[in-house]
Amino acid sequence: MYGFYFDQTLCNGCKACQIACKDKHDNPIGVNWRRVVEYTGGSWQVDGETARPNVFSYYTSMACNHCEDPICVTVCPTTAMTKREDGTVYVDQSKCVGCRYCEWACPYSAPQFNAQTGHMSKCDLCYDYRQTGQDPACVDACPARALDWGPIEELRAKYGDQNAFEPLPDPSITRPNLVIKPHRDAQPFGHGTGFIANRQEI
Amino acid sequence: MGVGFLEQDLRRRSFLKWSSAVAGSGALVGAALSFTGIPGVGSQKVAAAGDGMADADRTVWSACVVNCGSRCPIRLQIKDGTVARVLPDNTGDDTLFNRQIRACVRGRNMRQRIYSPDRIKAPLKRREGTERGDGQWDEISWDEAFDLFAEKLKYTIDTYGNEAIFKVYGSGVWNAHLGTSGGWGRLFNLLGGYLGYYSNYSYSQIGTITRFHYGNPDEQISNSFEDSIKHGRMLVLWGNNPQETRMSGGGLVFTSLEAAKTDGLKIVVVDPRHSDSVSLLADEWIAPRPGTDAALVAGLVHHLVSNNLHDQEFLDKYCIGFDEEHMPPGVPANASYRSYIEGKGPDGIEKTPEWASRITGVPTQVIKNFAFELAATKPVNIAQGWGPQRHANGENQARAIYLLSNVLGQVGIPGGGTGGREGYHWPLTQWFPDGENKVPVTISNFGWTDAIDRGPELTATKDGIRGADRLNVGIKFMLEYGGNMLASQHAENLKTREILRDQSKCEFICVVDNQFTGSAELADLVLPDTTTAERWDLAPSEYTGDMAYLIMCEKAIEPLYDSRPAYEMVTEISKRFGVQQEFTEGRDLEGWARYLHEEFNRKAVPGMPSFDEMKSVGVYRYVNPEGTTVALKSFRDDPAANPLATPSGKIEIFSAELYEMSQKWEFPGGDKGDRVTPLPEYVATWEGAEEAREPNAKYPIQLIGHHYKARTHSTYGNLTNLQEAHPQMVWLNHLDAADRGIADGDTVELFNDRGRVQIKAKVTPRIMPGVASLPQGAWMKVDAAGVDHGGSVNVLSRLHPAPVSKGNCQHTNLVQIKKV
Repeated sequence: MYGFYFDQTLCNGCKACQIACKDKHDNPIGVNWRRVVEYTGGSWQVDGETARPNVFSYYTSMACNHCEDPICVTVCPTTAMTKREDGTVYVDQSKCVGCRYCEWACPYSAPQFNAQTGHMSKCDLCYDYRQTGQDPACVDACPARALDWGPIEELRAKYGDQNAFEPLPDPSITRPNLVIKPHRDAQPFGHGTGFIANRQEI
Repeated sequence: MGVGFLEQDLRRRSFLKWSSAVAGSGALVGAALSFTGIPGVGSQKVAAAGDGMADADRTVWSACVVNCGSRCPIRLQIKDGTVARVLPDNTGDDTLFNRQIRACVRGRNMRQRIYSPDRIKAPLKRREGTERGDGQWDEISWDEAFDLFAEKLKYTIDTYGNEAIFKVYGSGVWNAHLGTSGGWGRLFNLLGGYLGYYSNYSYSQIGTITRFHYGNPDEQISNSFEDSIKHGRMLVLWGNNPQETRMSGGGLVFTSLEAAKTDGLKIVVVDPRHSDSVSLLADEWIAPRPGTDAALVAGLVHHLVSNNLHDQEFLDKYCIGFDEEHMPPGVPANASYRSYIEGKGPDGIEKTPEWASRITGVPTQVIKNFAFELAATKPVNIAQGWGPQRHANGENQARAIYLLSNVLGQVGIPGGGTGGREGYHWPLTQWFPDGENKVPVTISNFGWTDAIDRGPELTATKDGIRGADRLNVGIKFMLEYGGNMLASQHAENLKTREILRDQSKCEFICVVDNQFTGSAELADLVLPDTTTAERWDLAPSEYTGDMAYLIMCEKAIEPLYDSRPAYEMVTEISKRFGVQQEFTEGRDLEGWARYLHEEFNRKAVPGMPSFDEMKSVGVYRYVNPEGTTVALKSFRDDPAANPLATPSGKIEIFSAELYEMSQKWEFPGGDKGDRVTPLPEYVATWEGAEEAREPNAKYPIQLIGHHYKARTHSTYGNLTNLQEAHPQMVWLNHLDAADRGIADGDTVELFNDRGRVQIKAKVTPRIMPGVASLPQGAWMKVDAAGVDHGGSVNVLSRLHPAPVSKGNCQHTNLVQIKKV
């Protein structure tokens, strides 16, 4: 089972990962298999002429998490959405009718409708690159080295097994193959005091 | 149903589902948990030497050459004569001095830039009978274009002299060894020279004022981040935001993160905005109002001196002007910095932390604690960025931050610093030779609109004309090569546009670019340049710390449409003046690249591969042979043997030269803050923090314009992938937004007497109350009513220079904001 690792302590939200993915897969505007969400919170204590901040912000870069329980596969009426033997989830373009059930079901909105093809599209963890011994494009793109990938057991052994942080969905829904190193201000899932600060971008 | 609808739907869905997070906040961070139990420091994985797509015909090295201060290699995969994919650097590793130079979001989008629908396809001439900016063009042949350029150039020289020729600032082709010149300066120099400019839009104030403080005719660098990592205990990023302004993964994004990972190195960020450097690097964030940094320094120094925590020994030995015992001859009593902070100077005000608190907005206790921390945590590298100096009082802001490192005695020691920007190993490789400019007169980088509008009125002591007492004629022939100054990167865009539209002033404007910019719209002649992918070049590193490098830029594809590299244009024009041989010396572009590399680069850098080897090597790294950069070390070690280039040979906290200028320079406009001060004192200015807070202020919001990830200045600003990733929005504090009934995502209007901008609001606690930021560099889109919908901050910035540098003050603006 393969998965991704993401380090919130390194990501400045530049989105080189998103663009590297878009460049490789020729995805049009509106289709981003990898996106970056900004989570921000806190406020200012204004006292007369002075103002003191108590503010936090951090980014999370997110693609398909190739889940243990991929709800997109479960709901697909045409069996187009499939798990490969290596655990990665892909959509067979010849079977997909573009009904978008998977998109509505996935808590991460990982499957995305490509209006140019009329089919769903999604991250396949750069299957072609992996076949030739290369890393997924997003992993090698990150200027901060915030991304890694590999067999999920190895990632968990190396980086731990945490992934329940705001503003991500409840990991119990699909059991994502994802490991996150939290930002010092990261808030545990269900206990967030912040908000998604870049709604337009995701 | 179009893509737009689907796209919108998709986004809404994503937002609704991602967690229970709701817009709006209020809870304090104090409740946030801190996670410390995770081992590891991020991915140590070295990228596999990936070859990208399986069926590429070939893969060649190229680079992103824009003015971000870094420079990144990219590998272009070619299929059937077109660039089919962009790959990252696959050399180097994740170690501090051999780091892989991973391009940021912009360089990775190079393919969209190369094939942008905005590419200029053929030479364009403004249609006879129309005005500049009317948008009516005739395609002409290259021969017609060269003839027209040569005719206008000859006419200008014959009629007005060489001083009337000007090549305006532009940084869309930045720091490439060949491309940055394009050959234009060399041509003008062969024909007798041209009006030059001093300084630049990035750091005009600090680059001008530093010679009075440290004797350096440019900025004075500090120690490098690498040096802080090795030797420092504290790093202060003062108005310095490497995570957003220096985004290369081989440069300061990497080294500043390494600094953040370093145990025992505390990082403090001073910035009115909660930048990504604050969120990733800072152990502590201090937020002063824009333009009040010199007041913050005065309050800090007051507290240091009051508690005897200043380095008197250093000040006595290495500086003049700190106290009355160390003043240059012939100046009045009580003119020292110590007298200034103790209230013994002309203003009679003691610069206590309480005084500084009222001006800066930083609570008194925060100032006092910061002072104690600075004194207790040495060595400390105070590394200022270029934000503080891009103000109407920017010269003093920059000098004040230098001064703080002087008071702490941190200059020239490992782990310390000068208060300047973080140091670097400057590339040793060679730029295209432009030759000698025989016109001695220069104006400031920012002075060209004045030089067009009222050239002969400009003088040395009033307008900063150098090399002569005044200008003779002003600018009559202007070239913009790879830049967007004419439309939106200068200031007060609408007024600038009116100056340029008057054809009786600047009589000929030529714009050379590979994208049809707003500046091209204002030209008489537009010439289509290629991108770097379509020509030969060599690109050096820039401000990338103690690791320098050189990147091979191979011609990857044939020029698109009817575009040509600038060098080939200039070669054709040089023929028309009979100086082709002198211009080319018999070389084409590849010939020059090969010549410069073999003759200079290989001799300057040990181990440098040959030109042909570089085609496969791609990137060659080399490090500072002296180790990490410790700026002004020789001065610190032996100030008698290695004096500074100031009149006293020491650091001049009080500058006798500035004192003399304060008597002689003229400011006929009488704008608040337009004066020269011999000390780095706080000066309240026009449209500053104090004016914003006056009761019933017409324009109560201080507007700054931070550098944005989507663009380098305006370069890449027209590309949809980047607009999607980083849409243009104005950052507005949630308290100010609530006062105005503005919600996140609402369209708002920012306005002042100079213009109106309508753009969406990003309502966030990540910016100080009373301050807004409209990221600089957006392409202006003005409607018939004169309202800009592109979000160009320079619609609102003022065409008025700083007092000494005569440079741009783009963070000094007051506006009002309302919901549309």
